[in-house]
Amino acid sequence: MAVRRRGLQNFDSMRFRRMDSGPIVWESGRKRHFDAGRRTRGGILPYMELLPAVAVKHGNVEHLKTCCNNVKRGCSVDFLFRNGRVIDPANNFDQIADVLVVNGVVADISPMLEVSAERLAGVEVIDASGKWVTPGLVDMHVHLREPGEEYKETIETGTRAAAAGGFTSVACMPNTRPVNDCAAVTEFILARSKEQGACRVLPVGAISKGLKGEALTEFGELREAGAVAVTDDGRPVTSNQLMRRALEYAKVFDILVISHAEDLSLAEGGVMNEGFTSTLLGLRGIPNAAEEVMVARDLLLAELTHGRVHIAHVSTEGSVRMIREAKSRGVGVTAETAPHYFTLSDAELIDYDPVFKMNPPLRSRDDILAVKAGLADGTLDAIATDHAPHSVIEKDVEIEFAANGVIGLESALPLILGLVREGVLTPMEAIAKASSNPSSILGVSSGSLRRGTPADLTVIDPELRYILDANAFYSKSRNCPFHGKEVQGQALMALVDGKIAFSRMHR
Amino acid sequence: MRRTKKDLLGVRELEVEEIEHILKLAASLKEINTRPIKKVPTLRGKTVVHLFYEPSTRTRTSFDVAAKRLSADTYSIAASSSSLVKGETFLDTLKNLEAMSPDVFVIRHPVSGAPQRLARRTSVSVVNAGDGMHEHPSQALLDLLTISERKGGFKDLTVAIIGDIYHSRVARSDIWALTKMGARVLACGPPTLIPPHLEGLGVRVYWRLEDVIPQADVLIVLRLQKERQQQMLLPSLREYSICYGLNRRRMELARDDAIVMHPGPMNRGVEISPDVADGPHSLILDQVANGVAVRMAILYMVAQG
Repeated sequence: MAVRRRGLQNFDSMRFRRMDSGPIVWESGRKRHFDAGRRTRGGILPYMELLPAVAVKHGNVEHLKTCCNNVKRGCSVDFLFRNGRVIDPANNFDQIADVLVVNGVVADISPMLEVSAERLAGVEVIDASGKWVTPGLVDMHVHLREPGEEYKETIETGTRAAAAGGFTSVACMPNTRPVNDCAAVTEFILARSKEQGACRVLPVGAISKGLKGEALTEFGELREAGAVAVTDDGRPVTSNQLMRRALEYAKVFDILVISHAEDLSLAEGGVMNEGFTSTLLGLRGIPNAAEEVMVARDLLLAELTHGRVHIAHVSTEGSVRMIREAKSRGVGVTAETAPHYFTLSDAELIDYDPVFKMNPPLRSRDDILAVKAGLADGTLDAIATDHAPHSVIEKDVEIEFAANGVIGLESALPLILGLVREGVLTPMEAIAKASSNPSSILGVSSGSLRRGTPADLTVIDPELRYILDANAFYSKSRNCPFHGKEVQGQALMALVDGKIAFSRMHR
Repeated sequence: MRRTKKDLLGVRELEVEEIEHILKLAASLKEINTRPIKKVPTLRGKTVVHLFYEPSTRTRTSFDVAAKRLSADTYSIAASSSSLVKGETFLDTLKNLEAMSPDVFVIRHPVSGAPQRLARRTSVSVVNAGDGMHEHPSQALLDLLTISERKGGFKDLTVAIIGDIYHSRVARSDIWALTKMGARVLACGPPTLIPPHLEGLGVRVYWRLEDVIPQADVLIVLRLQKERQQQMLLPSLREYSICYGLNRRRMELARDDAIVMHPGPMNRGVEISPDVADGPHSLILDQVANGVAVRMAILYMVAQG
């Protein structure tokens, strides 16, 4: 069920909450899908749509054939998930059903699926009763640190962490060394993910060359190389003019512009949220307005350019309010928040522990409530982790000198499910914000269990209680603010292209 | 009184009884400083390391004098000569020093929370000699001693803290100390130098000096760092001095028995005029003398711990 976004906001209407789970259709009415089969003419092979995006984008026929053969040979294991609660927001489906995965593709979904004994022979049957079967989760905001800071994380370790957390696609931010501001770096990231990645990697290019905020990068070339979006994440685009041009120019290539909304002068020297706790601790504060001033600007520019902007890591009540208002007027804006912004407040910093230092900073309890309300009414479309690995060298120092950022891939899912238990989101909405919504925003085809699409799928035990142990994470880094916390809900298995990317299931 | 905590990190964590105990101890130790031979063997064989990551004359000397009068062996490490310059982390430096078995670290650090973080990782007693904009407990305790000597107590006492509250660790420690002891605390300064939600600490905030002077039994004037002007917090030192400087004309508004204090170092002519600093209301040098006694009490308490 497609949802038309324009003029949709009706705060006191429950209608909207249901609609929120559908894929997003922009005002043009064109559904943005990354559909390999449609892009390449001639229909070389029937497996076309199963191919990794890279292969298709590069248009290398030999490469394509190899991939197709791999698809034919590699998917020897087919799966049948029996009796799981299948939650597929893109298709508005939520019921106990069986899911059949054949040759890496979602072959069938239906309650009490009849599968002939003959066909069942080559199929691994997995009892998913009591579990959720969902589209593979999509994290539209992670830092994989490769190239350049491989001691913090690599594409290999980061994607393993992702798969272990239930994510089958991650969009990686461009603030690597070198910066992902040209096709060569984008291609490197994709090639490395293909060799070593445990899940799909969706590279995000820089808006400005070298993240310097001076000149635009070549959006066309980045798009062609496989970048799904552009951003200067980690830094704001301080020049209003450059941001305006980015939003205009991005329209040519239909590439998403992601805004890291921060006014550097208001945030200068800040270590944590400005509030009572910062006064108590004698730490310089970052006021909410440091984020909101930039959100306001980006909304104005999106309106001016008829472009579309995605606001990353929304942390304040004022940002939520302004985005809500802009959406109600049909401005092309989407937004994400991160689990720590709806779970932790700035009071956590009371012991000066740098693990709670991030940018934007943990905010007040009122902001947490506003972020939850924004998630509930659809103002905030997506939940992304902003997975930002740092080693002890950057983190185990005095708080003022410590790097900003927390890891999140292996702790996000139980915190998102916490919103369901709290009654903030329905299960369908929660899964939408971590799969189909980010997919639609980025314009990629994952995040759906539609028949015939590559089987990116996650099996979740929503009930399992356990203690989060950062020392057992697949990520190279340990800067997890939830370490030692008792949580509920865990990803048991992640399939990417019908192959097991990660499994904790007893098979 | 038995003390279970090994460190003295801030006034916030102190119970009223602990504060009273330190003040009583300081008052009795103060007598040593008037003897011809100013030394007692109380901390003989104990090692105190002063680790100052920020320039300091008064506080470092005061702690050093205090430790030596109690017969402790003292070593001083200054930031410029330390291995910080060579790239060693604060924690590594401390761990190396810890391996030499000292009994007390006296730490001054420019980052708020640095001594707290260290104290959790060492078995050595840590005394906070000022961390960032957070706390300066020995200063607050010597201020309490100075006030109580002159005023006899804290009940029904109104204390005004004037100036750059935002950047002041002295202000935060004084606010904790005075409110715990039952005094009424007023904070006065331009809004750019008042931290948000300061009222949450139990103080009343004023922007105009004329409003607080007549109410105050005690006026604590804070140092104004000259760089605040560059940070867009003030238009000029001149205007600050005109609006917030404590001078003789303003002191005419004060009660006859009002006392004036300053944690030092003073910018004469900026936050305080020379005639007030050296005038009859001023207890600024009494504070310095009491500083040694209070620091003797603190070292005695943590080293005997």
